Amino acid sequence: MAKVIVVTSGKGGVGKTTTSASFATGLAMKGNKTVVIDFDVGLRNLDLIMGCERRVVYDFVNVLNNESTLKQALIKDKHCDNLFVLPASQTRDKDALTEEGVERILNELKKDFDYIVCDSPAGIEKGALMALYFADEALIVTNPEVSSVRDSDRILGILAAKSKRALNGDEPIKEHLVITRYSPKRVELGEMLSIDDVKDLLGIPLIGVIPESESVLSASNSGVPVIHDIDSNSGQAYADVVDRFMGVNLPLRFLNVEKKGLLSRIFGN
Amino acid sequence: MSLLDYFRGTRKPSASVAKERLQIILAREHSGREEPDYLPALKKEILEVVSKYVSVDLGAIQVNLERDENCEVLELNIALPEHRERDSQKRELVAHD
Ligand SMILES: Nc1ncnc2c1ncn2[C@@H]1O[C@H](COP(=O)(O)OP(=O)(O)O)[C@@H](O)[C@H]1O
Ligand SMILES: [Mg+2]
Repeated sequence: MAKVIVVTSGKGGVGKTTTSASFATGLAMKGNKTVVIDFDVGLRNLDLIMGCERRVVYDFVNVLNNESTLKQALIKDKHCDNLFVLPASQTRDKDALTEEGVERILNELKKDFDYIVCDSPAGIEKGALMALYFADEALIVTNPEVSSVRDSDRILGILAAKSKRALNGDEPIKEHLVITRYSPKRVELGEMLSIDDVKDLLGIPLIGVIPESESVLSASNSGVPVIHDIDSNSGQAYADVVDRFMGVNLPLRFLNVEKKGLLSRIFGN
Repeated sequence: MSLLDYFRGTRKPSASVAKERLQIILAREHSGREEPDYLPALKKEILEVVSKYVSVDLGAIQVNLERDENCEVLELNIALPEHRERDSQKRELVAHD
């Protein structure tokens, strides 16, 4: 049975799109037929992060409005055979995102795909609500920072009250906490909330910690999701998230300040 | 003890201040979540009725819903303008399950 996973956070700029791109890529690399949908209508970005921006012809809203078929709008990923991107429209307004329309498209995708990853826009308006409404599972992307934690908590409240599962009284959406932009050094200095702090405050199981890393910027510069950068700590951390999602038990990594060896201290890097 | 000490980190590390503040605000927001959806609309309609007779603004109305095991208390506090004899009148509606 296909699974719908929303990547959400309330707050903007915390790493939802970065996470959606790498998570969907990771699922596909494990052999799962995966589609990642950009719900940020009017502000599409997932296409850039996935590196398929020049191949966008039709988009999510075109499909919603029956101006194109789903097949015409889906973009096959350059690197993974099992991966497709459904881009958001750049211009059209959010009114196109109706519950019936979104449900129709998700149901059609469910016939062909194992995983449907929904990259939510920021906020708690229509786009964000539609991205989470049909979810079976949720990745709650949170930075160790006050406003991000509060907004994530707010989104957890919405998942528990306004999602389809909640309204139907079905089994609740399975929630996973992804802490991103984590800086071990600042935590050590007492300047940043620790992983335990965020876990205590939000009270949901942690699926991974993505360190603050320069590789993320170079990955988005080149339009290749950072999970492909297997030498980078953030790429490896995303690979771990995917493994844990698929049920592999892995210890957390990159939580502590890297102690530089004597040689690298003398010669620099 | 100056405000600057907060930022210099000579007092408590700022992360623990952040955690304490979040614990308090999240607890408060969770209790707000229990509120029924109709409460804001109820408040607005009561205000409309009241303001037919006396001029009050939205800030003058406080609505509180308290629950225990078998009883819900909806408490309404309306602060009436001062030239009235009493500057506040309290009405309680008690609904039993
Ligand atoms: N782990 C990370 N390390 C460094 N920068 C990051 C990390 N995750 C995200 N970013 C940066 O943060 C910004 C916002 O990320 P994005 O994924 O677009 O967030 P959102 O979709 O939540 O708005 C981008 O510039 C991105 O490169
Ligand atoms: Mg985004």
